[in-house]
Order: sequence, then structure tokens, then C-alpha cells
Amino acid sequence: MYSEKVMDHFQNPRNVGEIIGADGIGEVGNAKCGDIMKMYLKIENDVIEDVKFKTFGCGSAIASSSMATELIKGKTIKEAMELTNKAVAEALDGLPPVKMHCSVLAEQAIKSALLDYSKRHNVHIEGLEDVNFDDDHHDHDLEQL
Amino acid sequence: MGKYIYMDNAATTQMKKQVIDEMMPYFSEKYGNPSSVYSLGSQSKRAIEEARQKVANTINADKREIFFTGGGSEADNWAIKGIAYGNISKGNHIITTKIEHHAILHTCQYLEKKGFEVTYLDVDQYGLIDLEQLKNAITDKTILISVMFANNEIGTIQPIKEIGEIAKERNIYFHTDAVQAMGNIRIDVKELNIDLLSLSAHKFYGPKGIGTLYVRQGVKIDPLISGGGQERNRRAGTENVPAIVGLGKAIELAYENLEEHNNRLTSLRDSLIEKIRANIPYVRLNGHPTLRLPGNVNFCFQFIEGESLLLSLDMEGIAGSSGSACTSGSLDPSHVLLAIGLPHEVAHGSLRLSLGDFNTEEELDYVVEKLVKIVDRLRSMSPLYEKIKEGK
Repeated sequence: MYSEKVMDHFQNPRNVGEIIGADGIGEVGNAKCGDIMKMYLKIENDVIEDVKFKTFGCGSAIASSSMATELIKGKTIKEAMELTNKAVAEALDGLPPVKMHCSVLAEQAIKSALLDYSKRHNVHIEGLEDVNFDDDHHDHDLEQL
Repeated sequence: MGKYIYMDNAATTQMKKQVIDEMMPYFSEKYGNPSSVYSLGSQSKRAIEEARQKVANTINADKREIFFTGGGSEADNWAIKGIAYGNISKGNHIITTKIEHHAILHTCQYLEKKGFEVTYLDVDQYGLIDLEQLKNAITDKTILISVMFANNEIGTIQPIKEIGEIAKERNIYFHTDAVQAMGNIRIDVKELNIDLLSLSAHKFYGPKGIGTLYVRQGVKIDPLISGGGQERNRRAGTENVPAIVGLGKAIELAYENLEEHNNRLTSLRDSLIEKIRANIPYVRLNGHPTLRLPGNVNFCFQFIEGESLLLSLDMEGIAGSSGSACTSGSLDPSHVLLAIGLPHEVAHGSLRLSLGDFNTEEELDYVVEKLVKIVDRLRSMSPLYEKIKEGK
């Protein structure tokens, strides 16, 4: 069902935990749907110096969080903003179609943490105004087909 | 493969060697079609009738009331659709429950689209139906009551005798899906007033793809599969002779040693429940404490999700199952866990470990040891657990 990479990131997730005194914290998803991702960012000079996550969810949700943190660690805010859910899924050698929403959640978690950073530090981040966090990451009716 | 612990016996069971041995000749030298007139054919015919007699003896029925099907789902489909279409002149109302197997639920939903009316009875926190609600649901259009004997997910055993009495009093057919109960509970269809009963061989150490529908004599039922005259014109298609022979042997073995099987499994079950409760905080046992199948253990582990639990267990060589949405292909958690009143977020974290004749006490210790570590690891990653620890 899952690629070896997904299983590796599920079994040995990178960057699990919290950052005390994080510069930005984002939480997306909801328990009712069975997945919540919380992302912590440490940012210095527009660079993501450190990132940690905590996730309640299935194997692919944990693997997507882990991979997403790897992909943005050491990158600039601008680069992190460019990370798409597809890039996360591709880096994991693909996700089953019904699990693609996990990668969407990972992308949103990063953007949510960046939004928190921009508010707390009163900085403008290009592209954040277009992100709709209320946009449900999956459609129950559609995916049941 | 190294150590492998199979605790998903409610999904399917490993076939017993005696069952395989009994079946083998019917794949090779005894290959005749039971409908053929020559001796090779009649030899197969005799084997089927012997198996039929074994099933009849087990549930106190006549062998003419036993019909072989391609499994439990076919038996359920046949019972529901066959009664619905065979009694349409009497009424169009069916009563069932919210916690049935999908073979019943989806069949009922299909019939609703065809103009039938279906009442889905609620269950309480343990998964038991309310007999008063059942009585009140009956109308003069009710033609069938279908209530599962024991639930596949949480193991709860329904008050079948009382339901049978209510159905008999009101002259309504009573079907029970006994797929999980068979091989675990002694069932007497006469004593329990059961008109139709579904069972499936692979749940009691028999082969897959073979089941039975018991139909009490005199019950009006349309066939589901039309064709040749097999199964007394009720179920067409050349009989799956080896599987039928296997079903017969499996049911015979299951009921020869039923008390021993039950005592052993009940003790293992209660021991596993105790060990989990004693070693892991924030857990909830789903289902009834005593009115439950001897091998069924079903827990919710709060703050974690069921699929990650199953994947982690699998890595340790342990097979279980979950009512989590992520394992079912849909995004909603188990309809059974929602029906007993669990919130979505708790239902997502369920784990069913179903024990069988091949499990041992030593395996329980190994499973609990691994489970403690897995739950701990997943909780340490969970933002929900963090909130609990912080007292939020």
C-alpha cells in the first residue's frame, strides 16, 4: 500500500517534537477527520533554522509531516512558501490517491506556521494572503466513490 | 518471516489440517459434478449431502433447510433480497440495526432505492438493541427483522431468543447474520425461533468462499441466483464440492470442542483486556463486558489513529484490525463505533484483536509489551496528547 519511503518516514520520522520559543506555530486538520498536524518553526534572517512537528493521524500523515519538515529545513521563507503538496508526495515516492489529502495537510501546516510567524513578527510574506485554511483538505463524499 | 502473531480471527481464520485433508480428494480424484448420473458424480453428491447433514445437526435444523452459498455476504444478500421480493404482496418494511455488517446494510440501502422501507434500530453504549424500540418499529407492512447474532467489530451478542419471540408473535420472518457467532455459540434455530440464518466457513477454520443460508421450511423466499436446479432450485450453479466438504468438516470440529474452545478463548480474551487496561492509560473497551464473543477484544486508544497503530503492529509481526477511517478506504470511522456513541476522534483510534484457537497466552504478553511501546511512541508524536498532558 505504501512506498518504502513512506514506511521509512513513518517508522523513523524526522524532526518530531516541539520548539520551545518557536517563532511560528501552525496547526491544521481536525480530530473528527482523524488527522491534525502541528508545525513549529525557528526562523532567523528569513531562513528556517529549525522545524519540528507533531501529528495525530495515519501512516501517511506522519510520513508527510516528516518529509515536509525535511524539505523546508534550512530553506528561506520564500522557498518554503513554494513547497506544494505534490512535491511532498513525490518526495515520498507517491501516496495512494485516498491519502493525497495528507500531503495537502502538510503544505497547509507549513503555511499556517508561517502565517503565525508573519503576524507575530509583523512581516509580510508573499503569497500567504491567498491561502485558505478553511478549505477542507478532503471531500468526504467525493473520496467515498 | 520471523515471529508472526495473528490476532485477526474475526477477519478470517487459518484452516485446520483435518479440514484441508478432508477437502483434498475433491480437488483431484473425486472431481465429479454432483449433478451427473454416473458414480463419479453421485460420489460428489453424497459428499455434499453429508456436509449438509452436519450443518443441519449443528443448528438443529432439517437438512432440507440448509442451502450452500458462495459465502456469508451472499447468504445475507439472499436472505434480505429473497424475503423482500418474495413477500412484496404482504408488505415492504424491513427492520434491521445500525451495526449490521455491510452485506446487510448495503443490501437494505439498495432495497430502499427500490421502494422498500427500512428501519435501522439504535444500539446502546454496549451495542445492544432495545427490544421495546424493536416492538414499536413493527408495522403491518413489516415482512422481515434482521439482527446480527454477534457483532464483527465489538463482539456484542444480541438477545436473539427474545427477538425471535417478538418476530414469531407478530408473524414476521426473522433473519440473523450468524457469521461471527458460528463456531463460538451453540445455536438451536428452533429454540431461538430463527427463520433464516447466515454463516460462513472461513470464520471457523474452514475454507473461504463458502457459506450457508438456513431457510426454515415454509418460508417464502425468492432465489438470488437463477440457473440450474442445484440446491433444490433455490441456488443455481455447480456446487463448490471441496469447499462444501470443508465447511461440513469445520462445523463438525468446531462444535465437537465448543466448550473447550469457548473456555480457552474467553480466558485469553479477559486476560488480554486486563493486561491492556493495566498497562496503558486512556483506553476504552468497546462492546459489552460479558455478552461478547469469546475471542473479541476491541479498544480505543485515545490521541492516536488506528492505521498508524496497525502499521506499527505489523512491523512487529502482529496482525490486528481497526475501525479507523484510514483503514477502510472511506474517511469516516466505523459505523459500529459511531452507533455506540463514540465521538469521531475516539473512534479513529480503535484496535480490534480477535483471538482464535491458534493463539497462546505467551503471545498476549508479547503483544501487550509491543503495544505499550507503540502507543507510547505514537502518543509522544500526537498534538492531542500534548494538550492532555498540559491539562488543557
